[in-house]
Amino acid sequence: MKASVIVFPGSNCDRDVQVALKKFQIDTTMVWHQETTLPKTDLVVLPGGFSYGDYLRCGSMASKSKVMNEVIKHAEDGGYVFGICNGFQILTESGLLPGALLRNNKLKFICKNVFIKTTNNQTAFTKKISENKILSIPIAHNEGNYFASKEEIQSLKDNNQIIFQYCDEEGNISGESNPNGSFLNIAGISNQNKNVLGMMPHPERSIDQLLGGVDGQGIFQSLL
Amino acid sequence: MEIVTVEQATKLGLTSSEFEKIKELIGRTPNFTELGIFSAMWNEHCSYKSSKVWLSQLPTKNKYVIQGPGENAGVIDIGDDDVAIFKIESHNHPSYIEPYQGAATGVGGILRDIFTMGARPIANLNSIRFGRPEHPKTKYLLNGVVSGIAGYGNCIGIPTVGGEVEFDECYDGNILVNAMNIGIAKKDKVFLSIASGVGNPVIYVGSKTGRDGIHGASMASQEFDDNSDAKKPTVQVGDPFAEKLLLEACLELMKTDTIISIQDMGAAGLTSSSVEMASKGKLGIEIDLNKVPCREKNMQPFELMLSESQERMLIVLKEGKEKEAEKIFKKWDLDFSVIGKMTGSKNLVLHFNNEVVCDISITSLADEAPKYNREWVSTPLPQEIDMDAKLKDLDIKDCLKKLLSHENQANKSWVWEQYDHMVMGDTIQKPGGDAAVIRVHGTTKALAASVDCTPRYCISYPHRGGMQAVCETYRNLSAVGAEPRAITNCLNFGNPEKKEIMGQFVDVIKGIKEACAALDYPVISGNVSLYNETNGVGIKPTPTIGGVGLIQDSTKSMDYALKSTGNLLFIIGETKGHIHQSALCHDILYLKKGPPPSLDLNEEKKNSFFVRELIETGVAKSVHDISDGGIALATAEMCMGGNIGAEINTNLIGPERVKFLFGEDQARYLIEINNKDLKSLIQLAKAKEVSLLQLGITRQEHLVIDETKISVAEMLKLNNNWFHNYNSK
Repeated sequence: MKASVIVFPGSNCDRDVQVALKKFQIDTTMVWHQETTLPKTDLVVLPGGFSYGDYLRCGSMASKSKVMNEVIKHAEDGGYVFGICNGFQILTESGLLPGALLRNNKLKFICKNVFIKTTNNQTAFTKKISENKILSIPIAHNEGNYFASKEEIQSLKDNNQIIFQYCDEEGNISGESNPNGSFLNIAGISNQNKNVLGMMPHPERSIDQLLGGVDGQGIFQSLL
Repeated sequence: MEIVTVEQATKLGLTSSEFEKIKELIGRTPNFTELGIFSAMWNEHCSYKSSKVWLSQLPTKNKYVIQGPGENAGVIDIGDDDVAIFKIESHNHPSYIEPYQGAATGVGGILRDIFTMGARPIANLNSIRFGRPEHPKTKYLLNGVVSGIAGYGNCIGIPTVGGEVEFDECYDGNILVNAMNIGIAKKDKVFLSIASGVGNPVIYVGSKTGRDGIHGASMASQEFDDNSDAKKPTVQVGDPFAEKLLLEACLELMKTDTIISIQDMGAAGLTSSSVEMASKGKLGIEIDLNKVPCREKNMQPFELMLSESQERMLIVLKEGKEKEAEKIFKKWDLDFSVIGKMTGSKNLVLHFNNEVVCDISITSLADEAPKYNREWVSTPLPQEIDMDAKLKDLDIKDCLKKLLSHENQANKSWVWEQYDHMVMGDTIQKPGGDAAVIRVHGTTKALAASVDCTPRYCISYPHRGGMQAVCETYRNLSAVGAEPRAITNCLNFGNPEKKEIMGQFVDVIKGIKEACAALDYPVISGNVSLYNETNGVGIKPTPTIGGVGLIQDSTKSMDYALKSTGNLLFIIGETKGHIHQSALCHDILYLKKGPPPSLDLNEEKKNSFFVRELIETGVAKSVHDISDGGIALATAEMCMGGNIGAEINTNLIGPERVKFLFGEDQARYLIEINNKDLKSLIQLAKAKEVSLLQLGITRQEHLVIDETKISVAEMLKLNNNWFHNYNSK
């Protein structure tokens, strides 16, 4: 498996993702946002951060960047694309994933460990995670409140594109276990082909027991 | 060119005698631009004119210190050719006027101080203090400051890992926002601000210059009155994205062999950065102000020199390296402009529209700045008063419940969950513990950091207050298993022209000095914020201390969460029951008289070594420093941390029991050990002559103190709700 991590000038989880990919022996190249070609790669990761400052809608400028043309092509050719946090926002802005990420319902940035349920473990990103497994993974965002039209939601449901949902420790998907107001407690979705995944929680922050947990490693192991 | 008057000088914050001194120094009357430059360099914030004589007495060296005060930040050795670079700085005045931008640019400013030195910043901390919760501005200020710190730190991607939040009526009109940052660099890659080499080019990089923040440093050197809101235009506006670009570009440039010296444009902007670099290098500097990248039209020399627009740096490059450097800044979409050169003239010479608009000697601006040995008077040690009558009928459970739900002891997760405290992937201990622990990336060692101050001790008896603030950080670092190495300080006081306030300052400095010397724990950087007064009322003296320590094996860092039931709880250090100035008396019973607890620096040292040995050898399962709220609150916090109960028997009654449980004697720790280690603990304590007292055992579900019982769940509820309730009202 060869991975490329896209580095926007305001990316700030690029190194964290690189550390995680390397930990699972995934050959990783960092790709600057002004590049017009991608190296030979199986997986493109759009890391967390503030791509171009995100003073406009999060991810909207990044979705129009030079390198994103290549990322979109890569996805259309069936290559894997994984957007984490700001990366997820860029994916919805660029149309690779449906819906949008609104401001958290309490209008505050939230950084804490949350529980998510692996609603679909039949994807390349989740195949090594057991069905409905509850993972404890940190979130760190101000705009993670997933929203989509009725039709889009129906289509997400029909095609099993809802991959992760916020839940409590026991796996209950409820209002109390929803940290940001996200529709249907959505924490992560894929496209119809299941080769593009976007999620707000940061699995790369959950790969080291010393730092509080290893529940994020299932995703990286699945990608191997 | 217009000739200025003494009236204009006083308007800019200079006294008439200072104006006379300027005229004498330069042998003529300055023009308006020159006067502005003098006022910026000679204000309290930049010149330390009231504090310098006292600051110079602080211990600044131990075997780890590589760079002490005088640079953008201090540097200590942390082994393997790595160094830690850190500093704390105030942004009090701007944060009161415009909390979001004030706090945000406070974070931005301290970050630049760190990466200017060649370090990658790895941890933000802060100490923020507000007025009474019921004061009409407090909620707005709290929300603004926290969002501002979050907005800046989260965007640039440096974790905010620790800090303190306190409410006290003395901050009603003068909140405190002290921001600290720690960075890591290689020992041979530390950059300083000493310019050298006549003819070397002076480069301006970063964001463009606008009219924001003009005279910010002078504002920070004045008291507030009812019209302080009118000062909003002097608050700078932050752009964390620009700072991220500047950070990456500077670190990239530092990998090349192009830089002579580098200095961020902080307080007093282009003025202080250019003067400081030239002054340290004993050179002159010549700048063409038409070359300064501008954001607004028709900016005048005075404005260009005094603007505090953020995210800007001044660099002296090796001659001929301009192209190589420019390429890096262009890559990061930043302005890059050669604005001048170093000269042999020893003067600051400014050109604008083909005219010389300033020509004054660097020494007159820097070395000749006024120094005042202000009049001062000590605060005497208050008498102890007999409080037994007020303590004897107190209900223990009621006291504990009130403390747990008091704003100053409440769980602060509402605050720190707004900060990204995990980005960069090395946060071992997040906020909420005794000290934050951050792994040094790619190594097995970690840094611990803590910021502390107990202002109620400081106002009561400043000398002890200063000592205590230093000791508190020392203890917090020890409690997580770190060896304390050095401190940075942020000295927040009222108007130094009042001898009582100056006395507080002097006594606090003396206390800090004594503690630093005894603990071999020197001051390597810091800042002073005076004139924290509104309508003539000053804040409590608040010397915020930021301590940094090293943990050799990051897997051995300790926290205070109880680990299992059936373990034993011990107190290390002597409990005398000093109840005056305790959180219980001050915040719950409103008994604010009497002296703060005394400090025994030998005890501090001995007990710290002992605790660290227990952590190192694995005997201690959890460790908590005993501070606000005494033994009772420390035990409760350990219970809540691990969701495990405890049983304590005091064998005391009446006021003696209250004093035992809630007294705040210093140099103490509460530890949890396994029964099997009991013998070795007792033997070791005997050998090291450490005072040891068995407090109780750990158990399920409840904290039991003599006949009183409270569930951990109830304590959690009381402790967790304050901020949520306050902010949802």
